[in-house]
Amino acid sequence: MRIPCPLCGDRDHREFTYKGAAVALDRPGNSDWSDDWDSYIHLRDNPAGDTDEMWWHGAGCGGWLVVTRNTVTHEVKAARMAADVKGAGA
Amino acid sequence: MRIDGKGLINRAAPLRFTFDGAGVTGFEGDTVASALLAQGTKLMGRSFKYHRPRGVMTMGSEEPNALVTTGRGAGQTPNVRATMQEAFEGLEVRAQNAWPSLDFDLLAANDLLSPFFSAGFYYKTFMWPAKFWEKLYEPMIRRAAGLGALSGEPDTGLYEKAFAFCDILVIGAGPAGLMAALTAGRAGADVILADEDARMGGRLLAESHEIDGKPGPVWVDEVLDELEAMGNVRLMTRTSVTGAHDDGTYGALERVGLHMADPGARPLETFWRIHTKRAVLAAGALERPIAFPDNDRPGVMMAGAVRGYLNRFGVAAGQRVAVFGNNDSAHRTAQDLAAAGVEIAALIDSRADAKVCGDYPVYTGAQVTGTKGRKGLTGISVTTATGVQQVESDCLAISGGWNPTLNLTCHMNGRPVWNEALQAFLPVPDMVPGLEAVGAANGVFSTAGALAAGVDGAKNALQAIGKKPVSVDIPKAEDGTYALSPLWVVDGKSRAWLDFQNDVTVKDVKLAAAENYASVEHMKRYTTQGMAPDQGKNSNVNALAVLADATGRGIPETGTTTFRPPFVPVSLAAIGAGARGKGFAPERFTTSHAASVAAHAPMIEAGLWYRPSFFPREGEKTWRASCDREVAMVRNAVGICDVSTLGKIDIQGKDAAQFLDFVYTNMFSSLKVGRVRYGLMLREDGIVMDDGTTARLADDHFVMTTTTVAAGQVMAHLEFVAQALVPDLDVHLISTTEQWAQFAVAGPKSRELLNAVLDDGLDPEAWPFMACGTASVAGVEGRLFRISFSGEHAYEVAVPARYGEGLWRLLISQAEALGGGAYGMEALNVLRIEKGFITHAEIHGRVTADDVGMGRMISVKKDCIGKAAASREGLSASGREQLVGLRPVGAVKQLLSGAHLFNETAEAVRVNDQGYVTSVGFSPTMDTFLGLGFLKNGRARHGERVRMVDHLRGVEAICEVCDPVFFDPEGGRVRG
Repeated sequence: MRIPCPLCGDRDHREFTYKGAAVALDRPGNSDWSDDWDSYIHLRDNPAGDTDEMWWHGAGCGGWLVVTRNTVTHEVKAARMAADVKGAGA
Repeated sequence: MRIDGKGLINRAAPLRFTFDGAGVTGFEGDTVASALLAQGTKLMGRSFKYHRPRGVMTMGSEEPNALVTTGRGAGQTPNVRATMQEAFEGLEVRAQNAWPSLDFDLLAANDLLSPFFSAGFYYKTFMWPAKFWEKLYEPMIRRAAGLGALSGEPDTGLYEKAFAFCDILVIGAGPAGLMAALTAGRAGADVILADEDARMGGRLLAESHEIDGKPGPVWVDEVLDELEAMGNVRLMTRTSVTGAHDDGTYGALERVGLHMADPGARPLETFWRIHTKRAVLAAGALERPIAFPDNDRPGVMMAGAVRGYLNRFGVAAGQRVAVFGNNDSAHRTAQDLAAAGVEIAALIDSRADAKVCGDYPVYTGAQVTGTKGRKGLTGISVTTATGVQQVESDCLAISGGWNPTLNLTCHMNGRPVWNEALQAFLPVPDMVPGLEAVGAANGVFSTAGALAAGVDGAKNALQAIGKKPVSVDIPKAEDGTYALSPLWVVDGKSRAWLDFQNDVTVKDVKLAAAENYASVEHMKRYTTQGMAPDQGKNSNVNALAVLADATGRGIPETGTTTFRPPFVPVSLAAIGAGARGKGFAPERFTTSHAASVAAHAPMIEAGLWYRPSFFPREGEKTWRASCDREVAMVRNAVGICDVSTLGKIDIQGKDAAQFLDFVYTNMFSSLKVGRVRYGLMLREDGIVMDDGTTARLADDHFVMTTTTVAAGQVMAHLEFVAQALVPDLDVHLISTTEQWAQFAVAGPKSRELLNAVLDDGLDPEAWPFMACGTASVAGVEGRLFRISFSGEHAYEVAVPARYGEGLWRLLISQAEALGGGAYGMEALNVLRIEKGFITHAEIHGRVTADDVGMGRMISVKKDCIGKAAASREGLSASGREQLVGLRPVGAVKQLLSGAHLFNETAEAVRVNDQGYVTSVGFSPTMDTFLGLGFLKNGRARHGERVRMVDHLRGVEAICEVCDPVFFDPEGGRVRG
């Protein structure tokens, strides 16, 4: 699998570490426990198809990426810097 | 038998090798199989299950029978295909799966028992008694059945991993592949042309076809010359593309040194990962046999291989060759052999309407219904409409048609489709994104068709990557039609083999169907059809045709089994190249490593780091003696310890303090410049992640330390928080773990020592507990932190790593002058247990801040990672196991970490479990074992007695529960 890092270009997936669904970006705004927190920490979809997920380019630029990947074909469709996605109000 | 004037071998370069100790003469360009065939050796192996005598059938990597062992000792390689191993001077080849010898194999008795060895036999026969399976039946079966064996010695050969990148990968260098490479190369694309043979050309080397009026091999050489002259084309011979993976990544195995008597510094094999934008699969096709009674005798070969041995190696596979086929391509074998002067005993075509001409006996509408000759074919029975005829023959060339080599197209779950006209499975487009099968691999069997398809495939690939093709003339070549009539099985009394490598017969497949293993995947596993190292390359389609017939379904409905990587067997040594020995776990050394080793300190692993366990001195007979002395040294004088392995993260930016407030449970924005604070970090689920100290060097500049083991995890976590959760904060992170060498200077004499070492001395007023700042040593600017992991008056001094060793030696000599010295991990551990300081033995991924008594460190004034989840009732509920100190008070004075805790009189069983011990050490300071552990409601139980039970080591001890801080609970020493 290859991941097109926005900073480093097309790189082998072994340079990256997987974290999980990009739901991780949507941290609830307050620190009181709630169902939102429960969903944020524990509940994940298991899609057959396109999904956004977090990958860390630890053996490269150190960037956290949001990678759009198809779980059926493994096709990597896009990779954006997590900071940009978060900054755009994801 | 060699035929004069034929073949591409170099007759001026003879060579000798051995087969089972006997000398064999061959020529440069020979394979082991061709050289053996040339001297008339037919028997090359014994079959897997029945130990039937077997000879070579093919001339490629699909070879099921002629598997041999090469080399000796550690360099021994089993299951080498004699058809792929190039002969070289001095090569040692041995037959396998035969005892005592290939010629006289006692285990051939299995063949007489064959009625009992049918499909599912093991499962049916060795059912009872159950315990006999592991001890008796399985070892017995494994001994009797098998292929080659490993030497049992470590393989010391060199192997390599390598990476390559290109625009277009062309797989296979036959007519289609060569034209594809030429077309892509001329257009300026970066091309890799890979072929598993030692010599490129594919079937053009094996046929007598002309291309553009030239002999095939001559045309091939011209094309190769042009390709070699291009700077943008890389030719990789001896390279089998083994797998098609995601995003245009292909695995490939290159045999680099396996064909050389002395490979020198070359690796034996290199495993490649090739990344390409597009790929053209020009892997050709494999000829399939026909299952007729006793079709496995040495001398029964594929028709294309018999023709190939003649044209490429100048070898006649027999003196009187018979040819049996269901298609026109088989006729070429008879024509080529006859033209070379080899006697054709018979040409048998199963089709009644076949048009055959030739100056030899021809039987149309006929079948071979039997063979004779145990260790080599002597004759065949030919059944025609008029009766059975015996034909004397020592080689039978068979052809049941051709199967496109489409294996790679199926590696990403694609399913090929059945083509009725070709009686073969064909790939459909886009089974592997970016890969197009062309030529014979796509069912185009004529040479002219393959040449044109190669050009088309390359043009499609060029277009896809935005490169303009230049025009390429397609050379003139044979354009015959491929006509066949399906013939899978010839009925008869004797067994008819399908999978030669795993000894699967027509009867086995029929039995599987009768016993309702009717799905192709079930049949495969029940009979082991296609499960040998050859993966059924030349037998799968035949087997499923038999299954289709037995179940009354058509072949398309029956479907095919799944082709998976690798296409050919890949040695683990090649896949794991570079990961042997230290390559498997690289070592990280501190700057004091050499000095510690020189001081005879045993080194222990801490992740990839190596740290000194203790520093033995004259007269110290046990590690405990050294450890006790080092602890006392720190408590009474001064000790030096290398703490460089702790993670160091430099954090800068105007929002750095706000960032730290967010990742730590406690406040850092309130920390003054020049001060250090202990911090606790949670995971978002409320569990403790790590702890450590962070120093504020300037308003916008902090240095965080993490534990040694969690350094990488914390770095990734901080980057995640900074980039993905709070990207608006101005904060920048970088790991400086390896840039700074840092040493703890601990003990009552630490100030005295540093006062002598630091360029400007140490002003007590300027350096209170938890102070930090710059300090220079011998003119080198470093950092000083007054922090302590021992509970003593202590400092950590850091210098750029290149000065680490020098500073270490300086500190040690100064410490020794003050009655101190170096201390290692054992003493460090005892010192921190005495003080109740936690490590990852305690914060092991299941404990909360409240569990370790730090619940109040979660600031109420701000949000932080893990705060919401930590507030869940269950994470601080009563009944949770809490950190306590343990001290033995009964007759047994030993504590063991990993032991469990029980109420004093309760039975030591799981349901009564009260907690467990995480860290223990003998405290010379307090002259007793001390332990840290977790106990249900532990903080409320100080003073109680509990029973420690170590079921594994059989130790029980009565302990008193106490505060985890055993020594100097007021902390007077650390501030002194």
